[in-house]
Amino acid sequence: MCLAIPALVKSIDGAMAQVEVGGVVRSVSILLTPEVKDGDYILLHTGYAISIIDKDEALKTLEMLQELIDLETNQV
Amino acid sequence: MNDKVLMAHGSGGRLSHDLIEKYLMPYLANPVLNKMDDCATIALNGRIAFTTDSYVIKPLIFPGGDIGRLAVCGTINDLATSGATAKYLSLGLIIEEGFPVADLERIMSSVSETAKEAGVLVVTGDTKVVDHGSADGIFINTSGIGVIPEGIHLSGTRAKEGDKVIITGTIGDHGVSVMAQREGLKFSVPVESDCAPLNGLVSGILSVSLNIHCLRDPTRGGLATTLNELAVQSGVGIQIYQDKIPVKDAVRGMCEILGFDPLYIANEGKMVIISAPEDADSIISALHENRYGKDAAVIGEVTSQYKGRVVLKTGLGASRIVGMLTGDLLPRIC
Amino acid sequence: MKYIDEYRDTELGKNLIKRIAEISKRPVKLMEFCGGHTVSILKHGIRQLLPSSIEMLSGPGCPVCVTPVADIDKAIALARRPETIITTFGDMIRVPGSKSALQKEKADGADVRIVYSTRDAIEIARQNPLKSVVFIGVGFETTAPTVAASVMQAMNEGLTNYHILSLHKLCPPVMKALLLSHEINLDGIICPGHVCAITGARPFEFIAREHNIAAAISGFEPLDILLAVEMLVNQIESGRHAVENAYPRVVHEDGNRHAIDIMAEVFEPSSSCWRGIGVIPESGLRVKDKYRAFDAEKVFEIEQPVSKENPACICGDILRGVKGPYDCKLFGAACDPGHPVGPCMVSAEGTCSAYYLYGGENE
Repeated sequence: MCLAIPALVKSIDGAMAQVEVGGVVRSVSILLTPEVKDGDYILLHTGYAISIIDKDEALKTLEMLQELIDLETNQV
Repeated sequence: MNDKVLMAHGSGGRLSHDLIEKYLMPYLANPVLNKMDDCATIALNGRIAFTTDSYVIKPLIFPGGDIGRLAVCGTINDLATSGATAKYLSLGLIIEEGFPVADLERIMSSVSETAKEAGVLVVTGDTKVVDHGSADGIFINTSGIGVIPEGIHLSGTRAKEGDKVIITGTIGDHGVSVMAQREGLKFSVPVESDCAPLNGLVSGILSVSLNIHCLRDPTRGGLATTLNELAVQSGVGIQIYQDKIPVKDAVRGMCEILGFDPLYIANEGKMVIISAPEDADSIISALHENRYGKDAAVIGEVTSQYKGRVVLKTGLGASRIVGMLTGDLLPRIC
Repeated sequence: MKYIDEYRDTELGKNLIKRIAEISKRPVKLMEFCGGHTVSILKHGIRQLLPSSIEMLSGPGCPVCVTPVADIDKAIALARRPETIITTFGDMIRVPGSKSALQKEKADGADVRIVYSTRDAIEIARQNPLKSVVFIGVGFETTAPTVAASVMQAMNEGLTNYHILSLHKLCPPVMKALLLSHEINLDGIICPGHVCAITGARPFEFIAREHNIAAAISGFEPLDILLAVEMLVNQIESGRHAVENAYPRVVHEDGNRHAIDIMAEVFEPSSSCWRGIGVIPESGLRVKDKYRAFDAEKVFEIEQPVSKENPACICGDILRGVKGPYDCKLFGAACDPGHPVGPCMVSAEGTCSAYYLYGGENE
């Protein structure tokens, strides 16, 4: 039941949104994330958006992981 | 005539003849079938390949095909795994009372087109009608006969250490496209079933390589189950690489959402090829020339380790066992 | 696929593994609480790639696995009612009850339908006004708000034939119970990222504060899990204890306020029985009185036989991290995904199922 996947919000219509994952589209409920906007990525779980993905944090995490590599190569 | 199939159409009398005349023969007619004998008589020389399959798929019509196309492709592809030139099919229909005639015609049209594409004739058949509720619209059985050319000896027992494992294209397309149609799963998926007759593709690769050892179509249970079967039959291990397995984005998307693994999802227009390593390149080139082999790729090799098992090397470099499909992951999809 | 593929980058992953191997000096026991983590760890081969100083234990974070047989029997009893449609997530249908399973009931003629979402269950209720539709509500804090939302929707629409059987459970109480039992001595816990997406980190702070155990909230892609492991090892090696967030793109400090509110609107905590563990107070969710009309337990008289578990099944021990699948005599023999004896084998997130399918080179 932890199965949730990031999906792109393509359009919003009231309490529902059209989201897309790898080309697959589905209408999902945004009752739990009413502040979502077009272009946001949400975490999709059983037909509901349960969290809005923080794009800045996502980038920071990857940058941090990349830094770890650079640290390694510099130490060698 | 009515626009629905009735019990009386299966009784063997006047109405049965009408059904056949009006809605089956126009699509299937050929000199053998036209004789309307109780059995077809044909002359064949050589080793005969013979197979049968029943089709109970739901829904009957899906993106990229329908039960009619599937019924022809499935049986032709089974014949193709022996290297046989497919020649004749039988067609058995079990139709549910109340089935719309328009759907029956559509399905027969698919059977006809697919048979033509594959160069096979439907030479004998049978039609029954059952009570409402006793069949999901229509069930189809096809049996197929083909002739295996001299010198071709394909078998699931022939995989050898060092052989290359090839898949002729992207996996999971059929299962996902059908799954998306299921009531209660309202996904819009830009993927069609890969349902296709592969006899042409197979004869193409058999003409560039004399060292193809095994052919199998990864239908129910998916690529993983098929590779496991081959590993057991040949008493070898099979090593495959996660990064090399071709999967369409939309199939990955659907699998991520529902928690499925593309390795276990049915395909209806793909072949697994196991061949001597020196022929792998020419086989891939030949496949890329065929409309049904454009995404063909080498995905692994046969080893003497892990006998009887299939092992997957993940992107991170770890190895894990890939088991057979156990239990019923999906509803009837083929 | 965005926000998935980047976190599967193999170069970054291999590097993280190297780093973990460098900083990990002493032997440590880490528990991945969540079944989804167990599956991801095994699927990507992370267990094998981590240094031998790190022992990974699987925890009770599989909502289907911890559902007691008695509750499965309740669902089956409901399935046997006339004019009733059972709607459920896929996992539940094969879990064995005392004598049957929902799948078997379906084969015997019961109307049992697998749905992807409670929204689909609501639609089925709309389309079948003369039947009772019962949704089997299984899942932790990730799922409970979605089920609560469906109840509120049913109320707003006046959909009187929609009901839920709430078998929902909460994570922090069972974690507390596990740690207080001192059955296993953990050095670190990988916390469930999607539960935390709803609850935020606060409900898990007791792990560090009261038990001096390292904790890291993790996502489900390989890089997420490896980053969490790196954080845990770092904490342990430097003697720190905190609940760190290795999944900040999804888990925000206060969690999802809307989800928490909706969950609290429909549900209240109640005592709940966890398979293999026993009754834990305030660890389950029951439907509040305001929504009693949608509570299958209140609306229907559920005839329940005396429930019993298979005595040879050690799912309970496995769920508490005390034993592993390979310790079970039935594993791979009498019990496999095709013929599961216990829930750990039949659930897609179950520890035994994950080991069976992805077990790696343990032969």
